[in-house]
Amino acid sequence: MQPLGGEAAEPGLVIGGRRLASRLILGTGGFSSLDTVSDAIAASGADVVTVAMRRLDPTARGSLLDVVRQAGASPLPNTAGCFTSREAVLTARLAREALQTDWIKLEVIADERTLLPEPVELLNAAEALVEEGFTVLPYASDDPVLARRLESIGCAAVMPLGAPIGSGLGIRNAHNIQLIVEQATVPVILDAGIGTASDAALAMELGCDGVLLASAITRAQDPVGMARAMRLAVEAGWLARSAGRIPKRFHALASSEHEGRLELAGL
Amino acid sequence: MTAVSVRINGEARSVDSRTTLRALLDDLGAARDGVAVALNDEIVLRSSWDATELHDNDTLEVLSAAPGG
Repeated sequence: MQPLGGEAAEPGLVIGGRRLASRLILGTGGFSSLDTVSDAIAASGADVVTVAMRRLDPTARGSLLDVVRQAGASPLPNTAGCFTSREAVLTARLAREALQTDWIKLEVIADERTLLPEPVELLNAAEALVEEGFTVLPYASDDPVLARRLESIGCAAVMPLGAPIGSGLGIRNAHNIQLIVEQATVPVILDAGIGTASDAALAMELGCDGVLLASAITRAQDPVGMARAMRLAVEAGWLARSAGRIPKRFHALASSEHEGRLELAGL
Repeated sequence: MTAVSVRINGEARSVDSRTTLRALLDDLGAARDGVAVALNDEIVLRSSWDATELHDNDTLEVLSAAPGG
């Protein structure tokens, strides 16, 4: 899909040798109906959409995979709900078999309340999966040291959270995100905590290569409307970053020339 | 018929001991694209479904894509 505005050449987001036209990856957690999924994917412009792996429900009507593919997007399986490296590795293998893709969004969480990543289990799982030929996209904390380690063991991207999953708190530690961006040689995808469009734009302005979000869209009052907003926000943020913002100054810098102002005659 | 007791997605089920994994999945309407199976915590590739026999106390997890993440 073409970007909506700006003259800047957009090289696209390249992960694991594959170019994505959209820098917004859409998660499906929280969608209540498949119809909404389809409309939201279209409005978001996302070409990669994450799905979880769950026990087959024979009574389910409609196929999420069909909806995602018919919308022109590729499903990216994730290991949502895994607490240990062993669970995550098995889930990833099952996902690869079911969806016929080597790509895996690796999520290994520490507890239900915070859904924060469990870093040791995450590293162990990432190492095992890289070894098995997966293209690993790990959901991580915003710790630059963890990000560096994940990259060094061969992950195809690093995906630091802005804030806990579903919290809508935005980017809690912009400084850490900037540190991660500064050191990374793989794409940085801000993943989790985004609440509204300005959060997504900020992620891109901080230098992230992409954004992954689910709840901000799936649980918005108007998911399709928010999907469109997020598409624009990610593009705006990327364009602003590319255009080179002005520096922050402690004092003012007049935008109008001092020369040529009228002078009162004093009458 | 010798019956064996297996667990599928957490539910106990009795099947003929000569039932293959493929036959069982066919029965459940699960032998299709987008589905993957673990038997006793090990993945069973689709290409092995026909040759895999079930034994007493086997635990099966049959997974597919669902909204999440």
